Amino acid sequence: MPREKIDLEQDIEYLSILNEKGEIDEDLEPDMKDDLLLDLHRAMLFGRRFDERMLNLQRGGKMGTFAPIKGQEAAQLGAVACLEDKDWLVPSFRETAAEIWRGKRPKNILLAYAGFSEGGVIPKGINNLPAAIPVGTQTLHAAGIGYGIKFKGKKQVVMTFFGDGATSEGDFHEALNFAGVFNTPTIFVCQNNHWAISINRSRQSKSKTLAQKAIAYGIPGIQVDGNDVLAVYAAAKEAVERARNGEGPTFIECVTYRMSVHTTADDPKRYRSDEEVEKWEKRDPISRFQKYLKRKDLLSDEEIKEIESEIKDEIKKIVKGWEKKKKELEGRVEMFEGTFAELPAYLVEQKEEFESELPEKPEKPEDAKKQEAAEEDEEEAAEEAGEEGDDEDEKAEAEEEPEADEESEE
Amino acid sequence: MAKLTMVQAINLALHQEMEKDEDVVVLGEDVGIDGGVFRVTDGLIDKFGEERVMDTPLAESGITGFSIGMAIYGLKPVCEMQFSGFGYMAMHQLEAHAARMRARSGGRFHVPMVIRMPYGGGVKALEHHSESREAYWAHTPGLKMVIPSTPRNARALLVSAIRDPDPVVFYEPKSSYRAFREEVPEGEETIPIGQSEIVREGEDLTLISYGAMMRPTLEAAEILEEEDGVQCEVIDLMTISPIDDSKFTESAKKTGRVVLVHEAPRSFGPGAEIIARLVEKSFLYLEAPIRRVTGYDVVIPLFQREFDYLPSAERIMRAARETLDF
Repeated sequence: MPREKIDLEQDIEYLSILNEKGEIDEDLEPDMKDDLLLDLHRAMLFGRRFDERMLNLQRGGKMGTFAPIKGQEAAQLGAVACLEDKDWLVPSFRETAAEIWRGKRPKNILLAYAGFSEGGVIPKGINNLPAAIPVGTQTLHAAGIGYGIKFKGKKQVVMTFFGDGATSEGDFHEALNFAGVFNTPTIFVCQNNHWAISINRSRQSKSKTLAQKAIAYGIPGIQVDGNDVLAVYAAAKEAVERARNGEGPTFIECVTYRMSVHTTADDPKRYRSDEEVEKWEKRDPISRFQKYLKRKDLLSDEEIKEIESEIKDEIKKIVKGWEKKKKELEGRVEMFEGTFAELPAYLVEQKEEFESELPEKPEKPEDAKKQEAAEEDEEEAAEEAGEEGDDEDEKAEAEEEPEADEESEE
Repeated sequence: MAKLTMVQAINLALHQEMEKDEDVVVLGEDVGIDGGVFRVTDGLIDKFGEERVMDTPLAESGITGFSIGMAIYGLKPVCEMQFSGFGYMAMHQLEAHAARMRARSGGRFHVPMVIRMPYGGGVKALEHHSESREAYWAHTPGLKMVIPSTPRNARALLVSAIRDPDPVVFYEPKSSYRAFREEVPEGEETIPIGQSEIVREGEDLTLISYGAMMRPTLEAAEILEEEDGVQCEVIDLMTISPIDDSKFTESAKKTGRVVLVHEAPRSFGPGAEIIARLVEKSFLYLEAPIRRVTGYDVVIPLFQREFDYLPSAERIMRAARETLDF
């Protein structure tokens, strides 16, 4: 009848590969192609600049509340960079850069935050769930999708994101537990950015790390420097490979920092010091990655300038396209359609009642319509050439019956 | 045709739908090896294996959110809340996600899942095992809410619920689980969700009910015929949401007098919605105030007094006679 230590067969590691000075631990350096490194750099920079532009639009009264990602570019992009197109992403509301990496159109992100549901449309073939607002709830969907993947015998994985605050929610624990029990190919990525609005990480849990919560569910857990894109990538890569090989879920805690506001409705000066923010600015994920890329001769200051200028133009074009789309949508009312596959009789009645109360709009003369259509085509052609896509096609695609993964099968 | 209890009829629906469609998966607490605490899922695990009949951890929100993920991926989960009194843990997932996913994703994703829950009083159960809170679910846009009343319609409605492309909350009247048997055809039978039924025709008074309360309602209708010579028209809603008001508003135009019955608390209950629609659509035909025979707006008493709380044939007859005499 002993009293002895129980061997849990599990430790929690901390992984950091690239420090804030741009120095690297070569033994840990992940094997990444130059193109991928440069794509990641561009996506991180785009994420930062797009975020700044959105803040600017919000402050100018053109857009509603949103959650900036500033400082968390590495934590989210390093992780989604390990996914294949056929895989699934289950985001929360602070994964703009990750969503764009996975094919979400920036224009649609702007539309959604400007209050148009049309921005939420997810085109067929892109396996991203809409951003979940109720904290932590989406983690269960990732567990369930993982079960679906396993059930159908597919070689896909599913990755979900959430913050340190979410680890206090019951759904997070239930998700880890279900994923563990049913051994689903689910990667749980916690962006521990230290602040859940005004509540510090220390108030969410007494545990030394969040990563160690994995131990309670019998799944691998790791803590990584979330501002080190190489460390995030390396940890996520291992987790994705495990999941794809049928070895089940992983919990990754990315230690990062929310350098901006919680949402545009928040004033962080009420709860944290400037010194703390300055300390984290020195650990910025983008500048250290640039140091690394320069040292590898993959990037020069001149090239960074060029990329910055390209991104500026691209965002300008996106915002222009968005402004135009907004005008077009302002006259349209879509509210009843998405409630059920078929409208029940009482909703048809309500829709008719609503429409009968709308002010009558004068019909546009045929010529004006044609002119508009021509302009639209031109813009679409221009967008095709750039990063932007064709919203109308997306809409048509999205209206088809979704077949979970037909397109993305191996 | 076999004479089945409601438990057997629901079990038959699950067996047949699982045979027919490999994407149908049953999950919940004790639904596998144990066959469910009411034995509704009995025998499924032997036939379909534990991949399709999943004993889950004890976590109602977890079961629901996990099912939402499965449904988005393309499976058709039928999950069980062991008792509706524990189903409130599922509410956040259902309200925030299952009910909204179609709208939020612009139609890309939808959530074809069924959440079965035994509900209601009358079986001398513990606290939290006897409530009838269908209004919570029916009040949620994007959710469907179905309550069968007999073995045959339970089977046919569950088949429709499983095939429905949107999330359906399926309340099972546990006091009717084994209370009586009914002929249930072996071959396929469905009843469209969103359709009520006139189960007894009459000219004098309209009685509206659903679920477990259909039995005292029909009993009252029979006694009223025998003792008072009154012909009651009895309507079984079967679907609470989307509600079918076509039959009861027409019936009220014919009879001019309406009594409605549910065991849910009165205030803001389904009866309030029914009356609102009667006022909107049948007002000029009404010859007496509409009466509600319902549970009271109190915490449902422990079982020694639950029959004082639940509507009975006597209470229904009293309300009916007062309405007829108005």
